[in-house]
Amino acid sequence: MNLKHLKMTFRLFSTYKNIPRVCVVGAGPAGFYAAMHLTKKLENVHIDIIEKLPVPFGLVRYGVAPDHPEVKNVINQFTKFAQQKNVNFYGNITLGKDISLLQLREHYDAVLLTYGADEDKTLGIENEDAYNVLAARNFVGWYNGHPRDKDLKVDLSGHTAAILGQGNVALDVARILLSPLDILKKTDITDYALQALANSKIKELYLVGRRGPLNVAFTIKELREQIKLENCATIWRKNDFIGVAESVNSMPRPRKRLTELMLKSLNENTNTVNDNQKLFKPIFYRSPKKFLVNSEKHLTGIELACNVLTGDKIEDQKCVSTKDSEILNCSLAFRSIGYKSVKVDNDLPFSSNGVVINENGRVINTDVSDLAKLYVAGWLGTGPVGVILHTMSNAFQVAKLICEDLKKQENYKKGGFLEFKNIINEKTSVIDWSGWEKIDKYETEEGKKLGKPREKITCIEKMIQIALT
Amino acid sequence: MHHSRKNKKKRNPIVIISILKIRDLESFSTNLGERFWVKVTFHLFDGRKLEAEGKVGDSLLDVVVNNDLDIDGYGACEGTVTCSTCHVVLKQKDFDRLPEEAGDEERDMLDLAYGLTDTSRLGCQVILTKDLDGLEVKVPESVNDARS
Repeated sequence: MNLKHLKMTFRLFSTYKNIPRVCVVGAGPAGFYAAMHLTKKLENVHIDIIEKLPVPFGLVRYGVAPDHPEVKNVINQFTKFAQQKNVNFYGNITLGKDISLLQLREHYDAVLLTYGADEDKTLGIENEDAYNVLAARNFVGWYNGHPRDKDLKVDLSGHTAAILGQGNVALDVARILLSPLDILKKTDITDYALQALANSKIKELYLVGRRGPLNVAFTIKELREQIKLENCATIWRKNDFIGVAESVNSMPRPRKRLTELMLKSLNENTNTVNDNQKLFKPIFYRSPKKFLVNSEKHLTGIELACNVLTGDKIEDQKCVSTKDSEILNCSLAFRSIGYKSVKVDNDLPFSSNGVVINENGRVINTDVSDLAKLYVAGWLGTGPVGVILHTMSNAFQVAKLICEDLKKQENYKKGGFLEFKNIINEKTSVIDWSGWEKIDKYETEEGKKLGKPREKITCIEKMIQIALT
Repeated sequence: MHHSRKNKKKRNPIVIISILKIRDLESFSTNLGERFWVKVTFHLFDGRKLEAEGKVGDSLLDVVVNNDLDIDGYGACEGTVTCSTCHVVLKQKDFDRLPEEAGDEERDMLDLAYGLTDTSRLGCQVILTKDLDGLEVKVPESVNDARS
């Protein structure tokens, strides 16, 4: 018997049940929510979730701020789901490295990509590679214990820092830098980050926006938290708010309430800031032009172009840089202007703005014959915007399409993971759910010793070692 | 269930007292130890109608969880006012007679909900009273492509 026959025989044995097999690539919220929807809507389905890291939950584990443990409650639902018989988790498998997209599609009836947006957008300005110019994303990964970012060099010995960008990631970074240590101590923030923050000298933090107060991307909950933060004063520039109060009433409720909160805080600006208080300073209409450095290429400041809005209608206004500029002296800067996805496999159709080209989640593909249909959900398909709710509803929508397509199919002959695991290099240790449970138990126990809910393992080899014991 | 602990903490103490009073009255008028059950109807976006009962003092989220009602993604943060997946729309008259108005934190979350209306609330913050027996709420579809 040649190899092909062998494979076919194996296939016959492993698929006698004739149930559809779906592979989800990426164990973050998009993947879990979609998979949950599939098992609910299809009587019979088998789902394999593969994940690059040995551990599940994606940005719920590595993105959500440690002082927002309530947001992580979704993990409880995901865990309950993962324990179902027809659901398998296979960690430490990387698409495009351990297995190709084509190989996956040969072994499933549907493949859903939910591997998110792994990289950060860059500014493309002079000295962006200077010492202490960091991607907010890596800083978030650092304090959250992402294996990729555990060795990030963060120098917190200066007095002033700046965050470029005004979204929720920017506010998370600000809050972690400005929060009293006693609050952070009780969270699952990594111990090394806690040590570094204990020695931090950062006292003043700028949050720099290209456009005006009406264009901020952060949501009201995060701003309210920051304004209320203990021992920290929020200082706005009055001039940034010219004309803002007048336009509040015509806005939709969410934007209106967010703007009113800024205006309220602006009017509470006092001159009675005491010496012990940290300062949070959002500034508007400024675009980074270049990073300023000393002879050792350490960051010393940022040259910011001053912008103006042109156009009459607020919603159509464009932001234009003038010849004027402002120097912001700082020794630490974070770039927080958004994420982008990585094209991990050459067969993936990628758009210029860094998402997989799709129509409501269906990846348009001409050559499908015997291959699994391809889908995309979450940030990889929509772009990196929105809170978990948005990812959830997108995942449900795409899962609905997958159900419709699968129901049209008459029989299912694919073998799923059991079939493709032989392709994966023997040296790759595949971590299943019971492996994750061991890691989870270990982390929780380590956390207990430190009075925290969890102390994350940040080394992949150590994760694997614990999972396989 | 553990998810209701946190929102109870967030509740205004005066309201808790008023709920206690209602409970006291009930134990007078009904058999000893028996608690008052309130009927609630959830009208789903897809036309389904789910009826269930909850105890006085339960939240609408408690009713969904305790009765295992099939509403996709409902209550992701488990009643800690950090998401808006338990969004419900009430009739004006029911909205007006809720003992407690939405606080800033609840409104902040509602602002992120799809299909926000003037009579929207988070289900985890709507607490059943005897008065609300027969309550009917709409559960809007959690799907919308307009992201902002």
